[in-house]
Amino acid sequence: MAAADELAFHEFEEATNLLAETPNVTTVSRSDQRPPEGHVAVAVDPGGSYGAEDEVESDKTALLQEQQQQPGFWTFSYYQSFFDVDTSQVLDRIKGSLLPRPGHSFVRHHLRNRPDLYGPFWICATLAFVLAITGNLTVVLAQRTDPSIHYSPQFHKVTVAGITIYCYAWLVPLALWAFLQWRKGVRERMGPYTFLETVCFYGYSLFIFIPTVVLWLIPVPWLQWLFGALALALSAAGLVFTLWPIVREDTRLVASVLLSAVVLLHALLAMGCKPLPLEHMAPTHQNTPPHPHGVLTPTPPRPTTA
Amino acid sequence: MAEAAESPGDPRTTSPRPLMRDLKAVGKKFMHVLYPRKSNTLLRDWDLWGPLVLCVTLALMLQRGSADNENDGGPQFAEVFVIIWFGAVTITLNSKLLGGNISFFQSLCVLGYCILPLTVALLVCRLVLLAKPGPINFIVRLFVVIVMFAWSIVASTAFLADSQPPNRKALAIYPVFLFYFVISWMILTFAP
Repeated sequence: MAAADELAFHEFEEATNLLAETPNVTTVSRSDQRPPEGHVAVAVDPGGSYGAEDEVESDKTALLQEQQQQPGFWTFSYYQSFFDVDTSQVLDRIKGSLLPRPGHSFVRHHLRNRPDLYGPFWICATLAFVLAITGNLTVVLAQRTDPSIHYSPQFHKVTVAGITIYCYAWLVPLALWAFLQWRKGVRERMGPYTFLETVCFYGYSLFIFIPTVVLWLIPVPWLQWLFGALALALSAAGLVFTLWPIVREDTRLVASVLLSAVVLLHALLAMGCKPLPLEHMAPTHQNTPPHPHGVLTPTPPRPTTA
Repeated sequence: MAEAAESPGDPRTTSPRPLMRDLKAVGKKFMHVLYPRKSNTLLRDWDLWGPLVLCVTLALMLQRGSADNENDGGPQFAEVFVIIWFGAVTITLNSKLLGGNISFFQSLCVLGYCILPLTVALLVCRLVLLAKPGPINFIVRLFVVIVMFAWSIVASTAFLADSQPPNRKALAIYPVFLFYFVISWMILTFAP
């Protein structure tokens, strides 16, 4: 009885690398050379073309042509192709973003030329709502220790958080992709990532901030810094390892500037989400609570008492 | 009967007055939500009256008085309304993009009707808030909201899960979970 593990599909390393170098190639198996079982190979003269073998060939050509024609962007099936993922694939991609490994590019090993938009979209949505909710919770928890604080849901902060996160998850990959396309001439070996792949790995890299924002509810400052640093390190490492095969063939200056810009922007996002230390907040009156989470969510007001 | 999937209601009913017929249909669907079991009624005879009534009720009860400071607000009527409909449309689009075979309006209908338990939770919360505030008050509200949230999820899953291919059910259900979670949060944090 074969173990279930042996029956699972194992990707070969060299196939992954070959796929990386020529992303548009289609793999042809050896059995395509012979007519499949059940079809009779009728010998025909070169002029005529009635044989069953020719029928099979023309079917295959038609199928390949169909696959190569992408539906237009105004059709629904065009967008459906970006959501062509299963639950297990999404979970696998999330795990891959949480545990970056040097030398393993997220795009090559987890996306495998099938980027999806489900992950980035819903991860950003979840992050926006979790930020708003934890901001609310911070006010509630602060109110329990200091009843003079006026509680208010501060609902419009959800929209601010949402817009910021979605802008980050779309505009930064756009800028990155445009920059890499511009530098395309320098690279010979690896094709650049498509725009969707860039959006995809940026979106998945934001996943780790969801549990981090929840853990930031614990009001211990050094623990908050620790969680923040850990999340930023893992997330930025994933981005760097994914971009490294692309930029390492560029000049050192361009590579280092690009990678530091990516890490810096990511750090800015993390700082924007993190709750500010309470001593830095001005005392407040009851009607206008200041910002607790940097700029994205409401803060617990802390009047100064002796 | 072989009617198209998109037709709202059975035109061959014997009731002479369309208003009573529609109200009965809406009431029947409310019952289906409260006692969810596998049935095609909600899907086949979709209508959007029920969701509209529920949404307006929820939005009216959740809005704060205008005497408060502008920034100090709970959600306004328009915000709740937009969230519910925008959320429902997004979930429906997501479900269709993942390859589900449910129609657009059927999905909106199901999501809208399954807000009924949460509307009941809001009513109960408002009543409980009339009593003395304190931790017990909060615990009661929390319990009610959690139970109703679970009820909404179970009801909508019973109707929506079958329309998805089996390996993507969780992907289609997660946005529904997020949607009802956000509405539950708005209900729980409501303070008059």
